Amino acid sequence: IMAADSDGEEDFVSYGTALEPLEEDEPLKKPIPLHEQTVTDEKGRYKRFHGAFTGGFSAGYFNTVGSKEGWTPSTFKSSRQQKAEKQHARPARPEDFMDEEDFGEHGIAPTEIHRSDEFASGCRNETAEMARAVNAQASLIPGDTLLEGFIRAASSSIGVELLRRMGWKEGQGVGPRVKRKARKQTSDSSRAYGCVLPPGGSEESEDDEEFAPENVTFAPKDVTPVDFTPRLGVQGLGYRGLDPGMALLGQAVPEHVDLFRPQSESRSKLFGESSRGKRRGGVAGQAFGIGALEDDDDEEVYHKDSMSRYDTVLAEEDPGDSLFGWTAPQQYGKTKGEVLEGSFLHTPLQIFPPPILPSNYRPMHRRPGVEVSRMSGISSALAEALRTSRGHMVTEDPQKGGRHQLDAGQRGALLGESTQQGKDSTTVTFPLDLDFKTNNLTVAMASGMAAAASSGLRQQQEALAAWKGKTSTQTFRPFENIPSKQARYEQYVSRLKQGDQDALEQSLDSGMTEWERSREREEFVRASILYRPSSSSLSSRFTSAKQQEDDNQVEVSRDEEGDVDDKEAAAKMKMFGKLTRESFEWHPDKLLCKRFNVPHPYPESVMVGLPKVKRDKFSVFNFLTVSDSQQLIGELRLQTVDVSSDRNSHPALSIHTFIVVLLVQKKSANQESSDEEEEEEEEEEEEEEEEEEEEEEEIRPPMDLFKAIFSGSSDQDSSSSEEEGDKAEEEKKGKTDANHLNLFSIGTTSASTPTASASTASASTPTLTPASSSTLTGLLHPPLRSFSFIICRRV
Amino acid sequence: MMAFPQPKPEAPQLPQHLHRTIDCKQGAVRAVRFNADGNYLLTCGSDKSLKLWSVKGEALLKSYSGHGYEVLDADSSYDNSQICSCSSDKTVILWDVGTGQVTRKLRGHAGKVNCVQFNEEATVILSGSIDGTVRCWDTRSRRFEPIQVLDEARDGVSSLKVVQHELLTGSVDGRVRRYDLRMGQLHVDYIGSPITCVCFSQDGQCTLSSSLDSTVRLLDKSTGEMLGEYTGHKMKGYKLDCCLSSKDTHVLSCSEDGHVYCWDLVEGSLSLKLAVGKAVVQSLSFHPTETCLLTAMEGKVQVWGPNPEETQEDV
Repeated sequence: IMAADSDGEEDFVSYGTALEPLEEDEPLKKPIPLHEQTVTDEKGRYKRFHGAFTGGFSAGYFNTVGSKEGWTPSTFKSSRQQKAEKQHARPARPEDFMDEEDFGEHGIAPTEIHRSDEFASGCRNETAEMARAVNAQASLIPGDTLLEGFIRAASSSIGVELLRRMGWKEGQGVGPRVKRKARKQTSDSSRAYGCVLPPGGSEESEDDEEFAPENVTFAPKDVTPVDFTPRLGVQGLGYRGLDPGMALLGQAVPEHVDLFRPQSESRSKLFGESSRGKRRGGVAGQAFGIGALEDDDDEEVYHKDSMSRYDTVLAEEDPGDSLFGWTAPQQYGKTKGEVLEGSFLHTPLQIFPPPILPSNYRPMHRRPGVEVSRMSGISSALAEALRTSRGHMVTEDPQKGGRHQLDAGQRGALLGESTQQGKDSTTVTFPLDLDFKTNNLTVAMASGMAAAASSGLRQQQEALAAWKGKTSTQTFRPFENIPSKQARYEQYVSRLKQGDQDALEQSLDSGMTEWERSREREEFVRASILYRPSSSSLSSRFTSAKQQEDDNQVEVSRDEEGDVDDKEAAAKMKMFGKLTRESFEWHPDKLLCKRFNVPHPYPESVMVGLPKVKRDKFSVFNFLTVSDSQQLIGELRLQTVDVSSDRNSHPALSIHTFIVVLLVQKKSANQESSDEEEEEEEEEEEEEEEEEEEEEEEIRPPMDLFKAIFSGSSDQDSSSSEEEGDKAEEEKKGKTDANHLNLFSIGTTSASTPTASASTASASTPTLTPASSSTLTGLLHPPLRSFSFIICRRV
Repeated sequence: MMAFPQPKPEAPQLPQHLHRTIDCKQGAVRAVRFNADGNYLLTCGSDKSLKLWSVKGEALLKSYSGHGYEVLDADSSYDNSQICSCSSDKTVILWDVGTGQVTRKLRGHAGKVNCVQFNEEATVILSGSIDGTVRCWDTRSRRFEPIQVLDEARDGVSSLKVVQHELLTGSVDGRVRRYDLRMGQLHVDYIGSPITCVCFSQDGQCTLSSSLDSTVRLLDKSTGEMLGEYTGHKMKGYKLDCCLSSKDTHVLSCSEDGHVYCWDLVEGSLSLKLAVGKAVVQSLSFHPTETCLLTAMEGKVQVWGPNPEETQEDV
């Protein structure tokens, strides 16, 4: 109960029930003991309290169901007046077992009708209503919220009730009264519609409005809170989901008229407001593409937002803003003459006439002179010629260069155009009056080109050196699948044998395009080097036939092949361990590792199995037969003799052969050896040693290489001594056998310990020229492979 | 009373007493194998059947038929729920133990399949064939292609064993290969003579390999050095088994002279020469924990134990 005293001197409000004032002389009341405290129900019957936790009051008879007589089951009774169905036929409802208190206001199933929040209109809360009206200004007709006023709830919340008791009136603010001019506090809308909501103190305040005396205080201005509509769902700001009612144009599912939601579209329809934009049929909405019913593909289905729609400055909008931005009507801008800052009025495009061409204009692009440096495919000689001569580069490119190295003139020539001579030629021109700077430039260019071209030249020279003077009839047929190409290659090889310097150019088909020719040129040179006849290094790469006769396995991994004898010997001597053990990197399948529950040892590996061992279809074993080795030895001897005789005529011989020659000469000078085989063998060995020295000077290869070489050479000593012993026996057998043995011993001696050779192979792989031919890898012994590379570089 | 000291641990016993002989009635027994716990045994017959026996009760539990030619090897999974077997018909079959049905028939080998093994979790079947490949079959997926084919061997793979993440294969090319899945390494040990059988020791440190030069060799797993060499038996032409005893104390090998040879592992001396019969001892299998040995000769399987028992001939 509330007491609101508005006495003259003091206004105070008291809440709750006031205690009776204590009288001094009265003896203290004894508190009522617990058992005497009784609770009665609304009919005055006692209720026994059961305690806080067991809860509630007793039910029935001594906390049992039923009466003093006990619980009696209902009996079936049916009479004419009272049909049994009414009571018994229907299934029992929960209500049948509930007490009458349960149906009361505070029961568990109240049957009284009372207002639920769901249907409570918010009209009592005028401030909220006002806020909503303010917020909904843009999209609604004014006074739209009026309808809500028609429905009013009889009761208001306790807070409002309390405030009203304290003297608050609707429409006023809360707080101390202020001395100021009174203001109109009711909204215009409510007054315009016939004062549906007569504010409490409006009459008084309106009366005061005129004079506003000094001694009168006013209630503070009511504030309109911002209506915060809670956002439900997880969508972004401003998201409005699909409206299924919109899917079927117009006569769609009649939406429930929600009068109280200010932005409800159906309500705006109700008030005759046309919906924004012309909606077409079909489902459309954000986050969806064009629906199946949508026939217009051009329509922008995805919401596009631009920054121009947002304010960039935190400021109040200018009320008298006459600027319309980009969307201003044209005449508006014209009449006003006021333009947005940073923009200008639209003026018709000024069209300039095209420039008048000079009479001597030729629509040709002239290439700047520096471009020449890009052309790497020309030889140094050509560059020299280019520099000194008339300044016109000849299109013939003898060395190499793919399609992309050709310039426009060359391409034109390929296409059959006649090259334009003179000033407008697309080829590079150099004016005769070169200044000093340009001259330097060209010199630099020439040297660069020479460097680029020299590798190709070197290869050709090497091929020539290798083939020159050979009479061998055995040929590898690398281009067997293209007979014409193979024929050309053979022609090239035969010319090489004759020592023809222009062998390559002559053997190429002039009917082919330059690009094809240049490719073929490269291939031929490479093939000729690769299949060069029995250079000494090559011949030493073959193991004896003995091994192949022993086991008839066709596919033999080359890495192990050379070591089998060692292993066999070791196994016979029961020296198992390092000598018989070989370890390889092995890549298991990812799934296999998964199934075995172990992490993959090479997580980034894509291959499976052994990475090193390659069984090449075109391995050297396919080309060579056992009988060849005999021939090879013969050729080897031939080669050394030929080279020594022709050395002077071909200054660009490989250093390899040069060394051989030197050694031969030295040997012959020192001793007239009776046994040619021995000489040759020693020469081989020395040559290898020689090369080792070279190699040391040149670069420092990985340690493995050294190991391989030096351990190999130490093996050589021991094995060569063995061989000498063997030789004594072998000599009796005859030369052919001796050849075999010799050949084999070279192979084995050059091969070092298995691990070292394997590591050398891996170490020397990156230094190999990008011949990328698997045959090469098949051919070369790891240490020797690196030698041959060094030889190439030296020349 | 004085407390007697604990008796010294007895010297390892050898399965020298014949407990019983089982006539398998499936032609020649090509291989005999204990299951994972040693309570059952599998016999691979030349009459295309695979039989499951109880060791104790010597009863035939089940016969599995489905192979198209003689069965050469079999292995049971750790949980006894599955059996894999391989055959001369180039197939590997995964059996369901309970129903006896073929769960999977794996084709892919180009020749007869010599040996087959489950991995520890029975997720992969590994089979080695005369075609020189080891194929890893997935038992989990429905794929019928092997996960990986190990074709490093130059000749037929005669034997293979899997322990944890390591696969040991012996090949007729005279090399023992050990694939280490965890390290991604392949170690090849050259033995020289065609390998007939390979084994891991129980401690996983050594490998045992028997070869056709009538020698059994014990190699150190990590370095490949030879730790022991056991000779005296005859193994010249048949693919015969060898094994280690359950406590790694002895090395056992079949022999073509009708004996099983048993050497002391450390000393290399012949401790026992078990006379099985007159013919070649085809296969043998040592109990995983107890001292119990199975041997197979011709059509019969012998069970050997350490202590003499009442022998029941020819069940």
